[in-house]
Amino acid sequence: MTETTFTETEARALTILADMIVPASDEYGVPGAGDPAIMDNILADAERHRARIIAALSALDDIARKEHGAVFTDLDPAQRDSVAETFRAAHAAGADLIANLTVQGYYRDDRVMTSLGMEPRPPHPKGYEVEQGDWSLLDPVRQREAFYRETE
Amino acid sequence: MPEDPIVDVLIIGAGASGAAMAWSLADTRMHIVCLEQGGLMNPLEYPSTGRDWEARAQGDMSISPNQRNLPSDYPINEDDSPIKVANFNGVGGGTVLYAGHYPRFHPSDFRVKSLDGVADDWPIDYDDLAPYYGENDRMTGVAGLAGDPAYPRDNAHRLPPLPLGKSGQILAKGFNKLDWHWWPSDTAIITEDYDGRAKCINLGACGSGCAQGAKGSADVTYWPHALRAGVELRTRCRVREITVGEDGMATGAIYYDGNGDEQEVKAHVVVMACNGIGTPRLLLNSKSEQFPDGLANSSGLVGKNLMFHPYTSIMGVFEEETDGYAGPHKAIRSQQFYETDADRGYVRGYTMEIQRGHAPVRTALSGFRNGRIPWGADHHTAFRRLYNCMAGMVAVCEDLPEEHNRVTLDPDLMDGNGIPAPKISYTLSDNSRKMMDHAVARASEILTAAGAVDILSEAPIPWGGWHLMGTARMGSDPERSVVNEWGRSHDVKNLFIVDGSIFVTSAGVNPTSTIQALALYVADQMKSRLANLFD
Ligand SMILES: Cc1cc2nc3c(=O)[nH]c(=O)nc-3n(C[C@H](O)[C@H](O)[C@H](O)COP(=O)(O)OP(=O)(O)OC[C@H]3O[C@@H](n4cnc5c(N)ncnc54)[C@H](O)[C@@H]3O)c2cc1C
Ligand code: SF4
Repeated sequence: MTETTFTETEARALTILADMIVPASDEYGVPGAGDPAIMDNILADAERHRARIIAALSALDDIARKEHGAVFTDLDPAQRDSVAETFRAAHAAGADLIANLTVQGYYRDDRVMTSLGMEPRPPHPKGYEVEQGDWSLLDPVRQREAFYRETE
Repeated sequence: MPEDPIVDVLIIGAGASGAAMAWSLADTRMHIVCLEQGGLMNPLEYPSTGRDWEARAQGDMSISPNQRNLPSDYPINEDDSPIKVANFNGVGGGTVLYAGHYPRFHPSDFRVKSLDGVADDWPIDYDDLAPYYGENDRMTGVAGLAGDPAYPRDNAHRLPPLPLGKSGQILAKGFNKLDWHWWPSDTAIITEDYDGRAKCINLGACGSGCAQGAKGSADVTYWPHALRAGVELRTRCRVREITVGEDGMATGAIYYDGNGDEQEVKAHVVVMACNGIGTPRLLLNSKSEQFPDGLANSSGLVGKNLMFHPYTSIMGVFEEETDGYAGPHKAIRSQQFYETDADRGYVRGYTMEIQRGHAPVRTALSGFRNGRIPWGADHHTAFRRLYNCMAGMVAVCEDLPEEHNRVTLDPDLMDGNGIPAPKISYTLSDNSRKMMDHAVARASEILTAAGAVDILSEAPIPWGGWHLMGTARMGSDPERSVVNEWGRSHDVKNLFIVDGSIFVTSAGVNPTSTIQALALYVADQMKSRLANLFD
């Protein structure tokens, strides 16, 4: 893992959440977002939102303690599901931020991009093809009379 | 404090309008200095050169200054607005991130009071600006197609239109089924090599800076020419206030340089080009004994009449493949509902701009927001139903000026140099709401006709405050406007404003081609009056 300023427990909570948001899939042959390489992306991007993430994780733990008497990372999967549901309803902005960071880190992984039929590369410098298309579609519009409003 | 000799023209802001103004004035051989709070962009550092490009588009290259939070940015208190500000602070200004949609106003847009009894007429008209639209298109490099029946014939030099692509064809068929207007967009994206710049290669990342240089952001269009012609551009210089002399004329500006040191520059003429928020902020912060309510503000209108263009997004999900992440976002536009029709229950209208589709992260986020993609095991199937299968449009709704929509100085919030930050207060009008509802309903009809199996809409787009207009409006009556019909302050005869602030109304199209045409127009007015500019 690359350097992160999140504590081990915070990183673990984020990893569990990432895997809950985007779990691994045998059907599509893709890892979950909690995969170590993907978590590297997510934790790196999360740095600039540090304060908001820590506040969200602490709200998550508060709910976990209230509902099940333990912090989020110590719960079993069913308990985590119910805590996550309460968390999303009560702290939508924090939950959205974590989901947002999760997909930002996830959809740039080689394995994930390849599974979508994308070449695992940035857009620049190769770019992409876009077909010209059938310009005869414009013929009926070309025949229209001018219809802007006169001002005189 | 070191003092400059007095410069002839001081331009503040190196964005769309500042760049056009600097270039146009350069042929006078005057000493022109432009102060810009941000830096010069390096396209090879734009997000699309890296794998994390979609993350950076929400991080250090976010459209929101509050999210980017770079040293060149100033914070904006936007708690009081359902629409949040999008901008960029650096050479090129907002055009660094803009989509490059580049339509002109219609003739009717300059006459809304006469035609529809709302807002005010402009003191100039379409014909006044027409030559400058043409010159601006030539400097910028615009793709499109002549002959749009929604417009008067024009003098534009156009490169071939952007490709229709899969998405353009799907939607064109929808429009054709309903017999509704559409046309290839005028876009500031070059489809052939032009003016030393390489053509668009469909990176699909226009919104976070074009690494190819194909998108006509002002740093790659006007600035290289202006610099070669001798304009002096000082970057990382943030202006705090415009100074005034005892005679009530502007004398220059006080600014902070890149080291945070206070500097002063003296000038014979000051031109404001800081955009619809930056300009009123600076004028309001330029208080003096002569101008206790801020500079050039005897009308009390500095900061008032802020217009955004409420945007709605209406995206369809198709069973066939769309262009997805590839290509510039725009392809075609429709102005079927542009001009006023009283039967619709609102006045004025909107342009529909086609959106080709989304890259993967945006697809996922759109799915989350619209409840189409759940957390958990079903993520992948739900994601793949949207991925590369979305196309649709945004509607650019005309926003009418209302004085309560405004920019003021926040009493507490400040930027990195301790300058008071702007605060936005904005509410959507009833007219805007009705127009957005109409747009969502009509767009849904088009998407359905085009074969969409699902429709996702958002109105207004909450982060879509990318058009900043109206906060120092132009007019011939000094009590009802801040600048006159050629951009000069009514109160301070050597102070000019050329950015989006001077718009009287917003029209239902993206503003930048009009902002830049206006800047060229004002520059020409100045040049033709040099002998008696301050009379
Ligand atoms: C994401 C996005 C998409 C957009 N898409 C489109 C589109 O498709 N079509 C379209 O027409 N428009 C679009 N726009 C809007 C377009 O960018 C603006 O209309 C245009 O840039 C405004 O020009 P301007 O000259 O008024 O101000 P700007 O271009 O914003 O320039 C103002 C400059 O002034 C500088 N400045 C401000 N205050 C100070 C100070 N105190 N001291 C020194 N410098 C200062 C700023 O740093 C900035 O560089 C988009 C904008 C964004 C953000
Ligand atoms: S699609 Fe074209 S204009 Fe947009 S970023 Fe890519 S090369 Fe530039």
